[in-house]
Amino acid sequence: MSFESFAEFIDMGGHGLYVWLSYAIALGVVVINIVNPLMQKRQIFTEQARRLRREKQNP
Amino acid sequence: MADKKWMPRWFYQLASPRWCYDITGKLLPIFAVAAVLLLVTGTVWALMFAPADYQQGNSFRIIYIHVPSAILAQSCYMMMAVAGAIGLIWKMKVADMVAKSCAPIGATIAILALATGAIWGKPTWGSWWVWDARLTSMLILLFLYFGVMALNSAIESEQTAAQATAVLALVGLVNIPIIKYSVDWWNTLHQPATFTLTEKPAMPPEMWIPLLVMVIGFYCFFAVAMMLRLRNEIVRRERRSSWVRELISG
Repeated sequence: MSFESFAEFIDMGGHGLYVWLSYAIALGVVVINIVNPLMQKRQIFTEQARRLRREKQNP
Repeated sequence: MADKKWMPRWFYQLASPRWCYDITGKLLPIFAVAAVLLLVTGTVWALMFAPADYQQGNSFRIIYIHVPSAILAQSCYMMMAVAGAIGLIWKMKVADMVAKSCAPIGATIAILALATGAIWGKPTWGSWWVWDARLTSMLILLFLYFGVMALNSAIESEQTAAQATAVLALVGLVNIPIIKYSVDWWNTLHQPATFTLTEKPAMPPEMWIPLLVMVIGFYCFFAVAMMLRLRNEIVRRERRSSWVRELISG
């Protein structure tokens, strides 16, 4: 462990804001890159399923 | 493709959207587990156990995000350009889809590299941004990604869009060695490469081993993000084929 206490860990030797901001942005980038394609997938599948149903009704 | 003998079999399997959909379906969970394990381990190691730098103190811990994202932003670009070239030369649809999927991921990763660089620069150099060769060439990389994304959405025909973006990506490839050698060619505030293939890292193992874990973790994350987008693209473009119809209705 590089830190004596939790407060020291949060403070990062006075650089807490910089360090935590960097890791927060990284987390955001990871989440966006997973959530965005998953939402896209749902959209594509519902759209295509609707199209298939339409085609079945009026061939 | 008149003569099929001079290329290995997997090359033609890769060309089949259905085969790619199936194989990525199998690979996705493996890479997802690997990415989670590596990134969680790497982050805990980086934040809590790696020693602080004797000059930079704890702001040094930003390296564990900055270096992997900067490496990945460039690898992703190379992958996009190579996939684009394969699409141009062999008219391989899957390669075009790979190239298209790379752009938005690469753009966000380049933003991450630039943002963490700026955040690290403030306490270390006293400035968020300097117009230095390394930083400027990274910014150009981001704009290249934006250019590819804009072209993709501006051109209606999938095939024309793929060709245009492949050409842009290939032209932009000259930027990659410029990023790499910018710290050697020009005077710069930026420190030299952390990892090289030929020399030992200039930092102790307690510092670079977690960094290596993060780099590999970032690559696994990229593989996951990439395959998710690729599969969407396959379903969207192959929607008229019978196997996708079955997939959707089934």
